[in-house]
Amino acid sequence: MKRQSYDGVVLTAPVSVPYVRYSQETAHWWIARALKQTLEVASLSPRQLDGFSVSSFTLFPDTPVGLTQHLGLSPRWLDSIPMGGASGVVALRRAARAVQAGDADVVACIAGDANRIDSFRQLLSSFSRFAMDASYPYGSGGPNASFALIADAYMTEYGVTREDFGRIAVAQRANALHYPNAIMKAPLTLEQYLSARPISEPFGLFDCVMPCAGAEGFLVMREDEAQSRGLAYARISATIERHNAFPEDPIQLRGGWAMDIDELYEMAGCGPESIDLLQTYDDYPVISMMQFEDLGFCAKGEGARFVRARDLTITGDFPHNTSGGQLSAGQAGAAGGYLGLVEAIRQVTGQAGGTQVAKARTAMVSGFGMINYDRGLCSSAAILTGDGV
Amino acid sequence: MTDKLLPPKKKNPQLRQMVPTLPPQMRSRAALGLTAAAARGAFSLQHCQECGAVQYPPRDACCACLSVDLAWRKTPREGTVIAETRINVSPDPYYRERLPWRSGLVRLSAGPTVLCHLHGDVGRGDIVLMDLKLDKAGQGVMIALPQERSPDMADDPQLRELTAHPKHRRVLITDIRSPATRPLIEALLKAGASQIFVGESESWRRGSDHAAIAGLDKVSVMPLDVSDPSSVKRLAAEIGGKTDILINTARHVRPGGVLGSDTVFAREEFEINALGLMRLAQAFGPGMASRTADGVNSAVAFVNLLSVHALSADPQYGAFSASQAAALSISQTLRAEFRASGLRMINVFAGPTDDEWHQPLPPPKVAPKALAMSIVEALCEGLEDVYCGDVAKDLEERWRRDPKVLERELAGGA
Repeated sequence: MKRQSYDGVVLTAPVSVPYVRYSQETAHWWIARALKQTLEVASLSPRQLDGFSVSSFTLFPDTPVGLTQHLGLSPRWLDSIPMGGASGVVALRRAARAVQAGDADVVACIAGDANRIDSFRQLLSSFSRFAMDASYPYGSGGPNASFALIADAYMTEYGVTREDFGRIAVAQRANALHYPNAIMKAPLTLEQYLSARPISEPFGLFDCVMPCAGAEGFLVMREDEAQSRGLAYARISATIERHNAFPEDPIQLRGGWAMDIDELYEMAGCGPESIDLLQTYDDYPVISMMQFEDLGFCAKGEGARFVRARDLTITGDFPHNTSGGQLSAGQAGAAGGYLGLVEAIRQVTGQAGGTQVAKARTAMVSGFGMINYDRGLCSSAAILTGDGV
Repeated sequence: MTDKLLPPKKKNPQLRQMVPTLPPQMRSRAALGLTAAAARGAFSLQHCQECGAVQYPPRDACCACLSVDLAWRKTPREGTVIAETRINVSPDPYYRERLPWRSGLVRLSAGPTVLCHLHGDVGRGDIVLMDLKLDKAGQGVMIALPQERSPDMADDPQLRELTAHPKHRRVLITDIRSPATRPLIEALLKAGASQIFVGESESWRRGSDHAAIAGLDKVSVMPLDVSDPSSVKRLAAEIGGKTDILINTARHVRPGGVLGSDTVFAREEFEINALGLMRLAQAFGPGMASRTADGVNSAVAFVNLLSVHALSADPQYGAFSASQAAALSISQTLRAEFRASGLRMINVFAGPTDDEWHQPLPPPKVAPKALAMSIVEALCEGLEDVYCGDVAKDLEERWRRDPKVLERELAGGA
């Protein structure tokens, strides 16, 4: 069956609560701040909100149910998206269909996480059952070690060098210098990237994100509702989502996007050449490079050649992770799965400020999440359009 | 090739001794199947009983057909390293003290991809042999080993963390009169033990082996009577701080059932076999447990010799079997109590030993030398439960299959 379009549903009121490296505040606090900001943009009161979608690793012992009472909401539609880096696009997929079907009028999609001293270690040690049983006991390197293994195999298979990954990190840092909320404020050179202290080889310091606290959010509503409130908005051309793709692959050299990418472009009625900017999930540069391939911007194994040929900065010929991505803006838990999406909404609605890409009308956002054992299990992607500046 | 492990330097008493920490120890119930296999040196993975799929990590249902009929079965050990990393940063206190740490992904010939520790001699592209071993937390973990053994491969620091290897370690053997003691000393010295203390009770009553053993290089005979609390405490005060491995060979055996005799022999057997173990553990255990992270010659293991009839009584040796069951039970509690330190409690189960107290029994019987080899192998491989000799292996298998059937068979007249 042909999938229904997302006509009549839009994304609006993108907000980012500035990140903090360590914070005593709870996930509830961070989520409340993002929710308040996004509702204020749309002139909505909390009691008027009838749909709520939450992504967070650190709400325990609460769930989004507890949050409704904590925050004084009475939604008739409530969702919890525990998909880490894939959360943003997945939340928008669910919310858009709810709004389209009339199950909710306005859905606030929020991701936020706390980061107290030592909370990252505690999260890692019990991240998933397979992690607890079969990855964390082997050196306890966390995702750095797990993705280092993927990078090691990927570099060997396709002849990629650290310098190739470095180009991605360096371009993102250049972008981050234009994004006031970015945690990283100093420029990064390729030499600094290459000579950084090793974390989990082949990864050095600048291959890794900095865990921090923060929140991101946006609203999903009908287009007429957004128009009547005078809000700038983005439309959804197409989306995809996949979990545990290619289980027979001995190691992850491709993500779930490779299974669904044709459908994404078909639904959007465009090809990769129509994309004005790309926001990938960059827990590590190698994963962004994998996305360039699996999302159809270059052939498999051509990622390194692609980054050597293209300029990934805001003013370049392939604007990528314009707010610096998680590598430079920081990784605020599940909000890392929203960072690129929120930035993409700002971009296609002409609200990106210092990071604005000229004439940005079509953006692609991709998500990737949850290294359960040896590979990331969730992948997602969306193509958004807007009227630009 | 692995660098030869050098003997430890003399310790500086002014430096702080490293406090034991453990690698992550939380596991699901299914994953304890790895621990059970590692404890006895088996390499087992979950096999689906319906479709035959081999899977890893351990699950509660088959990832090929959703059957919940899963069994742990012996699995081929061969695999290929498809990726490797050297971890330089870890938030875990145990690994932070041991960085850098190498781990890798191995594609098993049996199918699954396994994240594992890497022996120093293996890297990406190598064909390896996988092993399941107990780590300091007492949990089963995977390590990739080279296909070809090399002389010093056990010295690899990551592998050595998973074993109780005697090399450069100091060992106390509690009873000079055990027939296993002499071959045990030889096997331990051959494995690289740096010093061996041998306990001797009632030293006025010298056995035929005394002179031969006391005259050996690196061997010291010390007074020790495990049935005498003050004797045990005296020796612990003297050498407890340098006992890295304790091997309890003291035991008292008398034939006979439960009826038809008084409790004098039984009391002796419990005094030495069960309470003797408790006394040794109480006197030496805490000191050993505090030194499990103390460098090359850290404390690693407490070894207990048991009759396999600890599992199911031999009515011909009724009181003795009861003392062995008691000792087994005590060892399980000790294992739990030592858990936080990483000190390993090893039980070596044997069938009837080839000595005067089992004289009327038919063969096969366990030769003292075979028992000694089993103990040293358990240390070198880091096992927790070892069954030495054909009788013990046979009895263990029957006990696993059906304890009730075994009990009835042992009662005779089957």
